[in-house]
Amino acid sequence: MSKQVTLTIDGMQVTVPEGTGVPEAAKMAGIDIPVFCHHPKLEPVGMCRMCLVEIGRPVRDRATGQFVMENGAPKIQFLPKLETACTNKVEDGMVVLTQTAKAKEGQKGTVEFLLTSHPLDCPVCDKGGECPLQNLTMAHGPGKSRFLYDEKLHLGKHVPLGDLIFLDQERCIQCARCIRFQDEIVGDSVIGFDDRARGTKIVTFSDPGFDSIFSGNTTDICPVGALTTADFRFEARPWELMSQASICTQCPVGCNITLNTRREARAGGDIVVKRIMPRQNEEVNEIWICDKGRFAHHYTDSKKRLTKPLVRKSVATSSRSSLQRASWDAATKLAAENFEKAKKDFVVLASGRLSNEDLFNLKTLTEHSDGTAYFYSRMGGGELTSLVGVGADTNFAHMGANTTIVVVASDLYQEAPIWYLRVKQAADRGATLIVLNPRETKLDRHASYVVRYAYGDEVKTVQDLGKKTRIGDAFLKAENAVILFGSDGLGISGSESLASACAKLLQETEHVGKPNNGLIGVWERANDQGAWEIGFNVEEDLAKALKGKTVYIVGADPVSDDPKLAKALEEATFVAVQDVMETATTEIADVVLPALAFTEREGTLTSGERRVQRFYPAVPVTGDAKPDFTITSQIARHMGIVLEGTSISALFDILADSVKSFEGLSYLQLAEVRPQWPIVGRGDLYYGGTTYENKQGMGVHLSAAAIRGEKVNIPKVHASREAAPRPNAKEGLAVPITKLDDRGTTVMMSANLLRDWIGGPTISLHPDAAKSLGVEAGQLVTVSFNGTSGDAVVQLDDTISVGVALIPRSMGLAIREPVSAKVRPQR
Amino acid sequence: MEHILLRHREIPDINNLSVYEKNGGLAAFRNAVTTMTPAQVTDVVKNSGLRGRGGAGFPTGMKWSFIDNKSWPHYVVANADESEPGTFKDREIMEGNPFQFLEGLAIASYAVGANAAYIYLRGEFWELGAFLDEKITEMEKEGFLGDKLFGGEYSLRIYTHLGAGAYICGEETALLESLEGKRGQPRVRPPFPPSVGLYGKPTVINNVETFTNVPPILAKGADWYKSMGTADSAGVKIFSLSGRVRKPGNYELPFGTTFRELIYTYGAGVQDSRSVKAIMAAGASSSLILVDDEKILDTKMDYATVRTLGADLGSASVIVIDDTVSMDWLINKTVHFFKHESCGKCTPCREGTYWMSNISARIHHGKGTTADVELLLNVAKQMQGKCLCALGEFATMAVVTGIERFPLDFKKAVSKV
Repeated sequence: MSKQVTLTIDGMQVTVPEGTGVPEAAKMAGIDIPVFCHHPKLEPVGMCRMCLVEIGRPVRDRATGQFVMENGAPKIQFLPKLETACTNKVEDGMVVLTQTAKAKEGQKGTVEFLLTSHPLDCPVCDKGGECPLQNLTMAHGPGKSRFLYDEKLHLGKHVPLGDLIFLDQERCIQCARCIRFQDEIVGDSVIGFDDRARGTKIVTFSDPGFDSIFSGNTTDICPVGALTTADFRFEARPWELMSQASICTQCPVGCNITLNTRREARAGGDIVVKRIMPRQNEEVNEIWICDKGRFAHHYTDSKKRLTKPLVRKSVATSSRSSLQRASWDAATKLAAENFEKAKKDFVVLASGRLSNEDLFNLKTLTEHSDGTAYFYSRMGGGELTSLVGVGADTNFAHMGANTTIVVVASDLYQEAPIWYLRVKQAADRGATLIVLNPRETKLDRHASYVVRYAYGDEVKTVQDLGKKTRIGDAFLKAENAVILFGSDGLGISGSESLASACAKLLQETEHVGKPNNGLIGVWERANDQGAWEIGFNVEEDLAKALKGKTVYIVGADPVSDDPKLAKALEEATFVAVQDVMETATTEIADVVLPALAFTEREGTLTSGERRVQRFYPAVPVTGDAKPDFTITSQIARHMGIVLEGTSISALFDILADSVKSFEGLSYLQLAEVRPQWPIVGRGDLYYGGTTYENKQGMGVHLSAAAIRGEKVNIPKVHASREAAPRPNAKEGLAVPITKLDDRGTTVMMSANLLRDWIGGPTISLHPDAAKSLGVEAGQLVTVSFNGTSGDAVVQLDDTISVGVALIPRSMGLAIREPVSAKVRPQR
Repeated sequence: MEHILLRHREIPDINNLSVYEKNGGLAAFRNAVTTMTPAQVTDVVKNSGLRGRGGAGFPTGMKWSFIDNKSWPHYVVANADESEPGTFKDREIMEGNPFQFLEGLAIASYAVGANAAYIYLRGEFWELGAFLDEKITEMEKEGFLGDKLFGGEYSLRIYTHLGAGAYICGEETALLESLEGKRGQPRVRPPFPPSVGLYGKPTVINNVETFTNVPPILAKGADWYKSMGTADSAGVKIFSLSGRVRKPGNYELPFGTTFRELIYTYGAGVQDSRSVKAIMAAGASSSLILVDDEKILDTKMDYATVRTLGADLGSASVIVIDDTVSMDWLINKTVHFFKHESCGKCTPCREGTYWMSNISARIHHGKGTTADVELLLNVAKQMQGKCLCALGEFATMAVVTGIERFPLDFKKAVSKV
């Protein structure tokens, strides 16, 4: 434990760890020192001068170093000037006075100064109601300004910094929180100040503007209404909003979020989600979320939502059949009959979009009906994360000088943004970061070691970490080690082998079975880890596995993802599709079962860090849609199988009894919260920002086999098996990569704001490769592989090797694993 | 008396290295490096009573002794930003007697164990920057700068760096930020540069004139230096005299010379033989010295004595104001300057200078009221003691002393309504 320091603040004795800032010490004692520029997550700068207080320090005898005593107490000396609390660290015997006439006068003066240039347009300002400037003006400011209203400076009111963030230059108080957030926390220094004096204004340096996927967070920590999001500005007043805890479903990080909802005239008076805000969980996402998580929610109130069960019926006047409305009973009965009839040919295909409970019911259904359950994922290796994955008390916030973090075959910035942030910050605190990737990624900037390998060499590269080299030493000598593995350029078998190599290395170096040690999969979807824990498996040749079968597809759209799968499903005997929205797969279904979105129901998700977290219903249900686990239980009932279909907490308890890593957990326990720092929430808006306080659960880690002390057998890895195909001279090696903004893995086509970001299919080539093909950046080409072909726009990337082409997954080209591909320019 | 700093006025071509050497130049540096320890050099400077010439008058030797020897490397930076209105002494030194300045900088670097020294020049000094680069190259050629000097282990390189035209970059921490390639905005102090300075390393920053004093101190000894000036302020100072005087210019004089001597003996008196109404002893940052009594002019110019007039000597840029000038005009000028030069980092300065500028313009243009004068004074006082760096405080000096010491001028200004 660090040294404790005792000081007095407004007559109250406070004991806090050495190195604590004065505003923090005061807050711990329940005393509010007003701040604007200071933020507990940022380095203090002392710019805004709001936290002016009187600070006295005990006088020390120069010879002895002892306190000089006066009337039985240490003699305290005050500086003639007020000091900023934020730039002072606590000292033993320090006396801080926040309420004296002098201090109050100073604070009042700062508010008056700030308001001289402020437009006071609170009635039309989005921040009104949750605005630190508004609140602190009420608490500390003068009631009246002596500044002539006509002399106010008029500046830009709607200055776009990028597509997502607008700046109101009049409201800005130049506290630089946004700039410092981007510089210190994200490491994307894309905004800054221009000009000086009263002309000081925020500008963006990047093209496109504000080019950072964390930009939305600046609106949360902006202490005024200067930064607003293009999504929420002029949409609602904060006091009209209801809030409900939820979990972001866009990636495996599992950020804690709050859904702000309101009755909306444009939605016919329905209650809809108006915005997504971060919810504090210092163990997961701190107080941040990425822009995808913040802005990609609109699909839940999309017009393409499925509202009624549909059953395929032949149309009397034509030879074609069509999907027509049916009752729940009829639809589920039809599905049940077909499933039962299929016996061994019954196949469930489920994705990580579903909750643990949904997946558990599906798994139980297949087990009781002789069917097979497949996990819809393009990445393997999950059985290993449930063996040697990270467990209880793992927290990126605790990783520092004693920890080595390895990131392999993953572009964290694109695939799991908040993990990028947390790994970067661990590296800032002194953790050794080793990035192994075939191409340049943003994380390289923060790494101690960067290794570039050729696609296909990932297993060998990981195995080399166990050797006595400079980088090997950095790994072998670490007290704690965590490996995050992804699927950059890998298919199912490739990622499986990579996972084995990582697991083996961790096991051999004894980095398993304890906190802050183990394996983390950078999966595609929010609950992929949950599917692995519950016992789902992936199938390499899914097309073959589906052909001629009776298929129950839940939360997946294989028809748009892959023409091969589409073809296989055409040849399926019977297809039941259960989903939230109309998709290409629902169109070919024999039965369509409408499911509720995560905003409309409750359940639990398992993050990539193996943390089980609860989400709660925030808006009323859409149409006749039902939660996935209920639908499955209804089908099961027709098949004579009893599954819990009404109470999610009961179902979770059954799951906890049946699945080993969930053992001992209860639904209630997931809603527990622990004290967190910094304090955020309503009364402390000015301090931590508008991030919501966590009142509805921080989640619980699953146990891993290694933690339970079970014997762990890691399958042997054959490095040779993983070599990427060797294309002939006329072809190149095309590899799949994951992009944050895609078209299918996560649901975001309805997020208008992000549509331009998503764009269409692309192919990244080395400039030399493009030259020899005679193509240029931006040109349309035809890419053919595996007997299929499609169009893509050429992008150039000089960090990859000449023979390699990168194709993002879920962007229209159905690439599952590394393949030989031909690229032809279009005329 | 022969010049100690402005030696080019007597010795032609002293800005030529061989001429400088012939006149005893660089012997002090050679002697220091070859025969003295760094601590001994610092002690001599400490004993000489030399105080910083940039304005604050902090004892130079003491500043050098504060350098943190637990953190390395160390840097020395010459503040050649010379941006205070009314100050033009450093430019003359660097143009006329560059080697003495460079030698002082080299000695300081040796004293604090720095192997790299930077000269931060205001952007407008670009010609001077090129000129100094030539002089530095000459010194390198002749073995006065570079690796393993004088056959010993000590190495030193000097670099020049041009600012981009901001007054604030004369503030030492803003200067460091700018030198590091960032926005020129002051840092929070403490920590002070001798502990955490350039690139986070211990750094000594002194004014050009301060460094220029060092070679003669080492050559002739601390006692010789102390024999000039006053007990409070040892040695000589270059006074930049401007305003309504007949012969403005730089005058190198011992501390303790009176305002009267400077203005009347050296400056040949006030233009049109009018009477002195006020003096700004520290450029635009001055508190206005009210000259309502002839005896005030007999005040000795040293740091302590000027303070008895409720003002500061600062960088000794003496601006003489005669009775044709009304103070509402004067403070409108200074406030406008500070409004333009505020870096915008801290609230009171950014907003206060803008606000003050509005009010002072109103008053000066005959649109103000008595309440405006009170408000102006009040806003200035609301800024005092609240700003991040000294610029904000300086912006209020002329305003507060102008209104308090020259109330009639303001009464007249607002009665035009």
